[in-house]
Amino acid sequence: MSDVLFVAEHRRGDLRDVSYEGITAGRDLADALGGELHVAVVSGPVDRFAESLNTPEVDAIHTVDAGEEFDHDTYAAATEALHAELDPAALLLPNSVNGLDYAPAVADSLGLPYASDAVAVAYDDGLTVTREMYGSKVETTVDVAGDQFVISIRSGEWAAADGAGDAEISAFEFDESGVDNGARVQGFEEVGNGDVDIGEADFLVSIGRGIEEEENLDLIRDLCDATGATLSSSRPIVDNGWLPKNRQVGQSGKQVTPDVYLAIGISGAVQHVAGMKGAETIIAINTDPNAPIFDIADYGIVGDLFDVVPALIEEFE
Amino acid sequence: MKVLVTVKEVAAVEDDFEIDGLSIDDRYLEYDLNEWDDYAVEAAVQIAEAADEDVEVVAATIGPERSEETIRMALAKGADRAVRVWDDAIAEQTLLDVDAKASVFEQVVAEEEPDLVLTGVQAGDDAFGATGVALANRVGYQWAAVVNDLDYEAGDDIATVRRELEGGVEEITEVDLPAVLSIQTGINEPRYASLRGIRQAQQKEIAPHDLSDLGLDAEAVDGALELTDMYEPESESDATIFEGGAEGTAAELASVLRDKGVVGE
Ligand SMILES: Cc1cc2nc3c(=O)[nH]c(=O)nc-3n(C[C@H](O)[C@H](O)[C@H](O)COP(=O)(O)OP(=O)(O)OC[C@H]3O[C@@H](n4cnc5c(N)ncnc54)[C@H](O)[C@@H]3O)c2cc1C
Ligand SMILES: Nc1ncnc2c1ncn2[C@@H]1O[C@H](COP(=O)(O)O)[C@@H](O)[C@H]1O
Repeated sequence: MSDVLFVAEHRRGDLRDVSYEGITAGRDLADALGGELHVAVVSGPVDRFAESLNTPEVDAIHTVDAGEEFDHDTYAAATEALHAELDPAALLLPNSVNGLDYAPAVADSLGLPYASDAVAVAYDDGLTVTREMYGSKVETTVDVAGDQFVISIRSGEWAAADGAGDAEISAFEFDESGVDNGARVQGFEEVGNGDVDIGEADFLVSIGRGIEEEENLDLIRDLCDATGATLSSSRPIVDNGWLPKNRQVGQSGKQVTPDVYLAIGISGAVQHVAGMKGAETIIAINTDPNAPIFDIADYGIVGDLFDVVPALIEEFE
Repeated sequence: MKVLVTVKEVAAVEDDFEIDGLSIDDRYLEYDLNEWDDYAVEAAVQIAEAADEDVEVVAATIGPERSEETIRMALAKGADRAVRVWDDAIAEQTLLDVDAKASVFEQVVAEEEPDLVLTGVQAGDDAFGATGVALANRVGYQWAAVVNDLDYEAGDDIATVRRELEGGVEEITEVDLPAVLSIQTGINEPRYASLRGIRQAQQKEIAPHDLSDLGLDAEAVDGALELTDMYEPESESDATIFEGGAEGTAAELASVLRDKGVVGE
C-alpha cells in the first residue's frame, strides 16, 4: 500500500492537460511513498488514450471501457473498483469541473480523507498538502492523517509529462450493470460565442469587480476607445449581466494570449488566471498590494482605478 | 415540497492583514454570505415563488452565533426558516473538513427530509468545492456539481440542469430527485433583501443545534485534516511596480503600452 492511482480526464475525444500534469504529480508522490504510479482512463477510446498516457513516469495503465463521455456514476464506481483492486496509498483526481462532480463522492464512499485543490503535495512519514484559502491570498499546509487518502489536484501546477514510456496497459474488468443512472447526460452545448472574439485581440483591457457599478463601465470603454484595446472581463461582470459571456476570460470563459493584458480591478483568482496567464505582458491596476494578480504581472500600479484610468485616458488623447 | 439550502458565512481578508499562527485576526476579516450560496438561495426562492403547491425553503448552516446575522440575510431574501449547527467540538477544529461537514448535514437532511438540496459550488474562504457532492453520496441522493442553469418546477421528479464545464462548454443533464445540486454564480440574479424582507426575517426562526441534538458525538467532526501552517504565498513576481500619483504612474504605464506597440501615438 504505497502506490499512487491517478485517474485521467478527457472530453469529446481529447485528453485534457491535467491528465499529463497528474502523471507528474503522481510520479513525485509515488517516489516519496516508495511505490508505483498507476494511471486509469475511463470511458471513450481508452486504448488510444492509454497510448498517449504511456509516458516514462507511468508504471501501469488501466483502461475501463464504459461509455463515451464522463458520467459521474460510472467514474465513481470504476474508480472505487480500481481502488479496491490496487489498494493504493494515494488516489489522485483532477480538481476540474468533472473532478468536482465525482471526487468527493469517491472519497466519501471509500471512507477516506479528502484534500481538494492541492497546489503541492509532499510525503514524509505522513501526507502534507498545500492549499490556498481566501481567494489565493493565503497559502496553508494541511496534514492528512492515515495511510490512505484522496487528493484532487489543481490544474496548471505541475509540469505536463511527455515522451514515450513502456508501462503495461491492461483492460480492467468492470461490470457496468450495477451503476446507478439517476443523473443522465443529455448532451453538450458550446456557449459564449458572439460578435467579438477576445481571443483574437492583441491588446485586452479587462475589467473586474473593482468597477463596482455598471455605469462605471463607460470609463473603461473610454479607455478602450482611446487606446484601441478590446474589452474583456472577469466572471462577476458577466454574472451580473453587464457584459456578454463572450467577453469573459478564465476557466469557464475564454483562454486568451494577447500581447498585452491590462487587468483592472481584478484580484487574480485561479480560475481567472487560467484564462490569461499565457499573455505576453500582464499589467495590473489594483488597490490591494496583496492581490494575487501582482504575482503574475510584469507591471503594476497599486492604486485606485478611478484615479489611474482617467489619467491613462488623458495620456492617449 | 421542501428545499434545503446550505449557507455559509465566509470571511474575506482585507487588503492589509497579518497572519497570527494558524489564523487571521478578526480585525482583518470581513464576514459575508458566501457568494455562491447567495445564488443558491435565490434559486430555491424562485422555485418556491413559481410553485402552485407549498414549498418550504430551509437554510442550514454550520457556524457560530455570530453567523446568525449573515444567515438572516437568507431569511430576508425569502427562506422560511433556518437551522444553525454549532458545538465546542466544531469550534476546536483547525479546519472543518468535508467529511465533518457531510456528517453534520447528513443529520440535518435526515431530520428535514428535503426533496432538493442546493449548495454553492465552493465556499469563498476554505474552498473545498466538495460539500454538496459528498453530502449527496452520504445520504444516497442524486447530484450535479457546478450547475449554472436549473429547469425545475416544484413537484417534478426530475430536474434538468446545465453543468458549466471548462472553456465555454455546458453539459445538459437530467437528475432524478431527491438530489443535491451545487450552484454556480451567474445562474440567476440574486435579489437584494427588501426592507420588508429584513423586517420579516427578524420573526423567522433560526433553530440552534449542537452535535448531541443531531445524535452525533464529537468524533463525527474530528476530521483527518489538520491545518499546520498559514502564510502569505511567496511572490514569484518580478513585477515592476510604478509608484507615485495617478498622473505619474499613468504616464509610465502609457509608455510601456507604446513600447509594446499595442497603441499608436
Ligand atoms: C468552477 C469555477 C469557475 C470559474 N470561472 C471563472 C472564469 O472563467 N473567469 C473568472 O474571472 N472567474 C471565474 N471564477 C470565479 C473566480 O473564482 C473569482 O470569483 C473571480 O475571478 C473574481 O473576479 P474579480 O477578480 O473581478 O473580483 P474580486 O475577486 O472581487 O476582485 C476585485 C478586485 O478589485 C480590486 N479593487 C476594488 N476596488 C478597486 C479600485 N477602486 N481600483 C482598483 N482595484 C480595485 C480589489 O482589490 C480586488 O482585488 C470561477 C469560479 C469557479 C468556482
Ligand atoms: N460551514 C458551512 N455552513 C453552511 N454551508 C456550508 C458550510 N461549509 C460548506 N457549506 C456549503 O457547501 C458549499 C461548498 O463548500 P466547500 O465544499 O466548503 O467549498 C458552500 O457553498 C455551502 O453551500
